[in-house]
Amino acid sequence: MADNIATREAYGKALAEFGDKYEIVVLDADLSKSTKTDTFKKKFPERFLNAGIAESNMMSIAAGIASCGKVVFASTFAMFAAGRAFEQVRNSIGYPNLNVKIGATHAGITVGEDGATHQCLEDIGIMRTIPNMVVINPADAVEARAAVEAAIKHNGPVYLRFGRLGVPVIFDESQYNFELGRGVMLADGNDAAVIATGLMVHEALKAKEELKNEGIDLRVINIHTIKPIDKEIIIKAAKETGAIVTAEEHNILGGLGSAVAEVVAESYPVPVKRVGVEDKFGRSGKPAALLEMYGLTAKNIVEKVREAIKLKVK
Amino acid sequence: MEQGKIKDLLITATKIRKHSIEAVYSASSGHPGGSLSIADVLSVLYFDLMKVDANNPKWEDRDRLVLSKGHCSPALYGALAEKGFFSKDLIKTFRHIDSILQGHPDMKCVPGVDMSTGSLGQGISAACGMAVNAKIFDKNYRVYAIVGDGELEEGQVWEAAMFAAHYKLDNLTAFIDFNGLQIDGHVSEVMSPMPIDEKFAAFGWNVIKINGHDIEEIKNAAVKAAQVKGKPTAIIATTIKGKGVSFMENQASWHGSAPNKEQYEQAIKELDAYLESLGVK
Repeated sequence: MADNIATREAYGKALAEFGDKYEIVVLDADLSKSTKTDTFKKKFPERFLNAGIAESNMMSIAAGIASCGKVVFASTFAMFAAGRAFEQVRNSIGYPNLNVKIGATHAGITVGEDGATHQCLEDIGIMRTIPNMVVINPADAVEARAAVEAAIKHNGPVYLRFGRLGVPVIFDESQYNFELGRGVMLADGNDAAVIATGLMVHEALKAKEELKNEGIDLRVINIHTIKPIDKEIIIKAAKETGAIVTAEEHNILGGLGSAVAEVVAESYPVPVKRVGVEDKFGRSGKPAALLEMYGLTAKNIVEKVREAIKLKVK
Repeated sequence: MEQGKIKDLLITATKIRKHSIEAVYSASSGHPGGSLSIADVLSVLYFDLMKVDANNPKWEDRDRLVLSKGHCSPALYGALAEKGFFSKDLIKTFRHIDSILQGHPDMKCVPGVDMSTGSLGQGISAACGMAVNAKIFDKNYRVYAIVGDGELEEGQVWEAAMFAAHYKLDNLTAFIDFNGLQIDGHVSEVMSPMPIDEKFAAFGWNVIKINGHDIEEIKNAAVKAAQVKGKPTAIIATTIKGKGVSFMENQASWHGSAPNKEQYEQAIKELDAYLESLGVK
């Protein structure tokens, strides 16, 4: 396994890389060094615009450029993209179904020391309720790069969620095939399934190893596209394992857990347990300590898997 | 401008007013006041200045218009219908469930609508996006935005104003429809954005003040705006809310209410009388 790389790093590199291949325009709101869009800015200064500290305006500007036929990336922290600029995203981008790709970095609690105001735990829930919006939350640097290209090729708005913290690289770039809207089964197993997204995918793989010692064979599924969600892979997991646990660095309300529970409840009801931040605000701290404190570790997944298996209809 | 042309544009503006009244009456809802106030500006833009093609609404090099005060869609629809973007018969379907003419403009289904608007403050930003796109990709179309004076209370307008000046968007002209009224009353009493001219000037814009019902002044201001290099232009157009219909003029209550049958007939009668004075039977 390679070094830890933050998905935001991969995002910035991907923009610079794909800037050669596609005529994309990139916007940022005075955070280009943090969102990593500065890599694009250096290479394609004529196609980079700084909107200044004015996220709402940036989203509507992006819409205006996209209305002229261009693919536009608008970047800022997830909190401001999904929070402050929500209405601009909904009305200027989602409603007219424009080709704006929202590159939201610093999502989740692992922003760390900046604390609760900067730790966006609501964005998946917010974004997936906007019609036309595709929501992607990559698990590692390889998936992040692939997601950027998939977003460029997709006709319509896309919300891309990236993290600040370096995370292990799970995928092999030469083998990896990203399909928008398709989940990825990373490990087979028939006693229960963990459906994870973002940096929790790595924790899910660790949970599988831990449960192996207890004789529990855990299926591990990576959902990079939360909307449209891969119903097929979820229903199959429900049928074949009978117990599902979701894992995400997001409020347990409204995010992946909710999306999976909706599919399961409507199509093949089996117990669903959710790992996520339990409807609380975060706080300042080291990312690893926060993940521990807010229950976002392999250990928490293991506990929920045991609970879910107990609830299985015998 | 020659007298014949002025007359033609006044006739078209009056037709836009009639369409606006027709639309709001047919829907039993909508925004007549601000629609009537911008009819002259729309007439000059669509029938004298803007480079558009009704047969090719998505033409890449067309001039663009963003109705940032999207609630005044009846006037925009009236102008587009007169220009031939869609049948005038559609005006009567305004706000109906099976119509393309939504309460606020939808670029996805109405030919000639360049941006979906309705949420105040967002349209002028989108217009900046279109204008900056021309700068990046070396296009020479112009972008017009029509912004309400009450709309200036939205902070995003000033974010856009900053952006436009910073990126020297001299291909952008914003018409400020300065009719002095918003839903809750006088703009100056609800939340005054005054002085509008000094604010835009302080934000780095070229500012021109005109009578928004004087065809020649509208035209001359827009032409001058196009000659200014290095900065966007705000044309502060003093208008009368409800212009052309006596009982609607300068009444905040007509911001967002529909006429009853009697009021509708009276409004059409007044507008027809004006058309007749211009020689239209």
